Amino acid sequence: MSSSHYDVIIIGAGMSGLAAAVRLAYFEKKVCVLERHYAAGGLNSFYALGGHQFDVGLHAMTNYVPPGTRGAPLTKIYRQLRLTPEDFGLAPQNRSEVRFPGRTLRFTNDFAFFTREVIEQFPAQKDHFLRLVRHIQDYDELDLDAKPLSGRQVVSGFLTDPLLIDMLFCPLMIYGNAEEHDMEFGQFVVMFKSIFCEGLARPREGVRRIITALRRKVRAVGGTVRMKCGVKALHVADGHVQSVELDSGETLTAETIFSSAGYVETMRLCTDCEPEKLTPLAGRMSFVEVIHVLDQPMQALGHDATIIFYNSGKEFQYAVPADLVDPRSGVICCPDNFLFDKPLATPMLRLTCMANFDGWAALDEPAYKQAKAAWLPRIHQEVLQFVPDFRKHVVFTDFFTPRTIKHWTGHVNGAVYGAPAKLKTGRTRMDNLFICGSDQGFLGIVGSMLSGISMANLHVLKK
Amino acid sequence: MTNDQIKQAVLQIISVIAPDEDLSRLKSDVALREQLELDSMDFLDIVMELRKRYKVEVPEADYGHLASLDSCATYLEPKLKDK
Ligand SMILES: Cc1cc2nc3c(=O)[nH]c(=O)nc-3n(C[C@H](O)[C@H](O)[C@H](O)COP(=O)(O)OP(=O)(O)OC[C@H]3O[C@@H](n4cnc5c(N)ncnc54)[C@H](O)[C@@H]3O)c2cc1C
Repeated sequence: MSSSHYDVIIIGAGMSGLAAAVRLAYFEKKVCVLERHYAAGGLNSFYALGGHQFDVGLHAMTNYVPPGTRGAPLTKIYRQLRLTPEDFGLAPQNRSEVRFPGRTLRFTNDFAFFTREVIEQFPAQKDHFLRLVRHIQDYDELDLDAKPLSGRQVVSGFLTDPLLIDMLFCPLMIYGNAEEHDMEFGQFVVMFKSIFCEGLARPREGVRRIITALRRKVRAVGGTVRMKCGVKALHVADGHVQSVELDSGETLTAETIFSSAGYVETMRLCTDCEPEKLTPLAGRMSFVEVIHVLDQPMQALGHDATIIFYNSGKEFQYAVPADLVDPRSGVICCPDNFLFDKPLATPMLRLTCMANFDGWAALDEPAYKQAKAAWLPRIHQEVLQFVPDFRKHVVFTDFFTPRTIKHWTGHVNGAVYGAPAKLKTGRTRMDNLFICGSDQGFLGIVGSMLSGISMANLHVLKK
Repeated sequence: MTNDQIKQAVLQIISVIAPDEDLSRLKSDVALREQLELDSMDFLDIVMELRKRYKVEVPEADYGHLASLDSCATYLEPKLKDK
């Protein structure tokens, strides 16, 4: 076979694509990862601006468990990728909070602490909550054939206080839900376990540390990663991808193709696609992200929480806002507030709110800049109810929008969590094309890596 | 390979797959699953490592033979006798 024929071609050097590549190359498959961008990482990449280093996505890695914890997703990732906890260098969080008007739920990486907190804040819900937790612990969220259930419906069958229900859904939705208003129950369980039962952590060096570990491993086991190498088209015939055409016009062939570009995005690459049928399937949940560089850490201002999920409205609304931004709820993340052995070189504060892709995409350049300038104080006004006033300590600000996310990752609508309907088995109508990453169903950094691993196992290695 | 060498080889593979497990007190006649935290992903890896290292194929229907170190060695002995 020619040198441009591979056992497996993987579209996208994000978390899922790189993890799949490690698995496949380790077991002697000839693997090539194709990435359009010049940097790896996808939705969780990194960049430099104004002399500062930024992470695109990373607030915290979910699913943190201490090294050696048996059976946990993070342990599975280390094992499956032949990595060690030192490769990721994760430092656990201090403490995080869910804050709604008049009520706060704090949580740490110790689930018993959170349980006590819920019981203290919602004494009347005690038995209901404990029964819900038992149901969650017994639920097999990894069953690829499970029927989708409404999370709101299932949880309302256990809890009767709408405030507690919203306070549980808020962080889990913002950190991992593609759907508006409701959340599939299996996905609720995945996120509940990964955030409340397990916990949050961060490498001191940020997401670079994770990406570097993955890329090094891909190289060490003989896989190829080609940057600035976008896939323009998948040439299909007879329900089979015959060849892969690159932006440059070059053509590659492979027995099997994995794509982490998203389901709709991947189907659009297929030469026989019908775009009008695909568009309604695309996800719509996207966010703006404000990253402030500060002249001193938030701790010095008396703020030691790692992450605050806040809502200041009457009810928690998880939906694409009518306006450009919905500042009434969101995330306040302080990357300094993890248990690092030494403090971060650059103190930061990150603010995340739901945003409307169409609105941002329609603005011309001057209006786009103006809109950012106009929304920043409105976001500040909301978050200042929950953190000390940091504004005079800001030395640099980056503000990115759903449009930025679309531009750099290719995800339709800048959708951070992909399409609402997940393809658990990864199968498509092409017999050699499989979806991995967010649209397969596992998301977030840890979820995406697991997705790449399980698709590689299921569709290539087990054969 | 002899029966004993095969056990050593399988142990070596497990130590790569699950470096976080203590293998020093493993009983060879007791199921691996009862002594170690190994899930189906890990068992797939034992099979994959055997293929990678010794070019031996274990069909899915035979995975049951890999239950304990002893049963691994018995099952693999004919397949590995010339290696
Ligand atoms: C602002 C923000 C904050 C986040 N915060 C967190 C967090 O704190 N914790 C957490 O766990 N997760 C977080 N996430 C989510 C996490 O980043 C994603 O779930 C995860 O990175 C998805 O990985 P993936 O491999 O599925 O997809 P992607 O990362 O999107 O990978 C797909 C890759 O494919 C490439 N590609 C697309 N089309 C083509 C083509 N035609 N040819 C070649 N290449 C192509 C893209 O450039 C991209 O690199 C955040 C995301 C964002 C945007």
